Amino acid sequence: MGMQAFLDIFDIYLLEAVINGILLGGVLALLALGLNLIFGVIDVTWICYAELVMIGMYAMYFLVQYYGISYFIAAPLTILLVALLGAALHYLVIAPLLTAPPINQLLATGGVLFVLQSFATVAFGIDFRNLGIRLPVLAFGDMNFSYARLLSFLAALVGMVAVYLFMTRTFTGTAIRAISQDRQIMALMGVDTKRIYLITSAIGGGLAGLAACLLVLQYDVHPFVGLSFGPITFLICVLGGLGNFIGGFVAAFVFAEIISLGGLFSDLEWGYVLAFAFFIVMMFIRPAGLLARRR
Amino acid sequence: MTGQGRLAAWGIGLAALVALPFVYRDPYHLHILVLILIWSFAYTSWSMMGRFGLVSLGHGGFMGIGAYVTALLWNHLGLSPWIGIPVSMVAAGILALIVGYPCFRFRITGHYFVLVTLALSGIVLQVITATRDYTGGSLGYTPNRASGNKLLALQFDDKTTWYLIALGIWLFGIVVWHWVDRSMARYALEAISEDEDAAAAAGVDVTAEKLKITLLSALMTALAGAIYCQYQMFITPDTVSGIAVSLQMVFAAIVGGLFVSLGPTFGAVITILLAETLRIGFGTRAVGWDNLVYGVLLVLFIIFLPKGILGSLLDRLKPQRKVPRAHEQEAVQVARPGT
Repeated sequence: MGMQAFLDIFDIYLLEAVINGILLGGVLALLALGLNLIFGVIDVTWICYAELVMIGMYAMYFLVQYYGISYFIAAPLTILLVALLGAALHYLVIAPLLTAPPINQLLATGGVLFVLQSFATVAFGIDFRNLGIRLPVLAFGDMNFSYARLLSFLAALVGMVAVYLFMTRTFTGTAIRAISQDRQIMALMGVDTKRIYLITSAIGGGLAGLAACLLVLQYDVHPFVGLSFGPITFLICVLGGLGNFIGGFVAAFVFAEIISLGGLFSDLEWGYVLAFAFFIVMMFIRPAGLLARRR
Repeated sequence: MTGQGRLAAWGIGLAALVALPFVYRDPYHLHILVLILIWSFAYTSWSMMGRFGLVSLGHGGFMGIGAYVTALLWNHLGLSPWIGIPVSMVAAGILALIVGYPCFRFRITGHYFVLVTLALSGIVLQVITATRDYTGGSLGYTPNRASGNKLLALQFDDKTTWYLIALGIWLFGIVVWHWVDRSMARYALEAISEDEDAAAAAGVDVTAEKLKITLLSALMTALAGAIYCQYQMFITPDTVSGIAVSLQMVFAAIVGGLFVSLGPTFGAVITILLAETLRIGFGTRAVGWDNLVYGVLLVLFIIFLPKGILGSLLDRLKPQRKVPRAHEQEAVQVARPGT
């Protein structure tokens, strides 16, 4: 094989990895949006966010595989379930700790992480399970794309647009945005902050549920699956600026590209390591976040 | 308590601890004691920076490096742990500096710092899993049994020896804690934890002070990981690194109380006894139930007893002693970023 042929193949793989990175970025952006929303409005970081996704993936698995419900009916049910879980998390754990120091809130959600992981271990065992839905592979020229990734990307975009419309076009959405700007004053303006917090938590949970429906198409479920995309979501949120929705969106795609291109040369785990190294470098260049104005 | 009385109490307590394995030899109970001492040392190491508001969830990473680097050097290069442990500590220290410097230099505090360190421990776990050809991945790793000199290999079959080693390490941790407590660095770090800008204006080199305590804390945590590995002779990524281990450290330190030297030790006693009781109580048939109950208790504890057991107890015993410093009024005060 001549040098030119080698380069041709390499280019195709490279382009394929770039496009796969964009597709992965959609789901990561969805996760970052949920976490950012919770942080921006309630000023709490849900360390257990990826574990909510894990529970959602199990819900999908059981609804589709065990009860034989169609994927497209199971998905809204799962989104609803995880949204309720998010609201319950806020009502039971965060609400009593709203005035507590941030470290206690973090630790409490860390405790929930333990609880959800061990709950999944007890209830479902540690076997890897998958949905058993094999979506066709899309051939485009010499490149192959998984239909599942394309679908995930589009659904993630639709989810984000829906949240955007809700936040800008409805009264509740406007109240949520107002609270994220000034927590104290909104209560005086006649907004029921408790209700807004609950709704926000439910939306955050719902986004995790949507991400679960999409990730379950590509990955096996097991109780510790959250650990493989939790840390990367945190890095995305920090790089984008916590509470900064657009920053999170951009950072998600940057990270997805790094992971995808890094995975081209070796394992996916090394892609994560590369992403972390990139993150450290970025802290020197843009310490206040990717999109922050320079002070 | 007077200074002399306090010293006498420490002396008697230590003498009793040293004498214990010669009087009482039940191997299971000694094993639990060794675990408690090693983890107490790890939790004390975490609290060195935790008490100044530097909440790190990356210590699982440092501990994992301590354990794995020591074991890998022994198995692959035949390097004695006497050299391997310092090397692993240096490795953890370098990582702490690489992550710590930009964080402190660019004022990454509060939620941001927690999330960065959280990602750090997650990444270390990923690396250990990814290099499964060398580390055995999630199946775990066993240092080779020494064929020759046991002392050179730092491998002992005798529980009493390990108990004394663990006791020494634990005592070392307590001594370092007191050394920091009496140093100028403590005042600088307390000032920083209350108001970074004011501290900087008063002439405190914020970045350098934070880096020093972080380095010390990371070095000690790596040592704890290495000692744990030498004692257990089996490590898995989940038991010595990752988010779960980091959370376990923070939780135990908070349970015991952050602002007293024996707080983390107290936390280790409580959490390890609790985990062990649950493990035995549920037996081998109900895998995962112990962790489930443990997690629920953790959440309940943080909601209802946020200041830690020993901390709350001491508060009640001597409320008139002093006005609490501002940063002690909350378990740990984490500065808000950006605002």
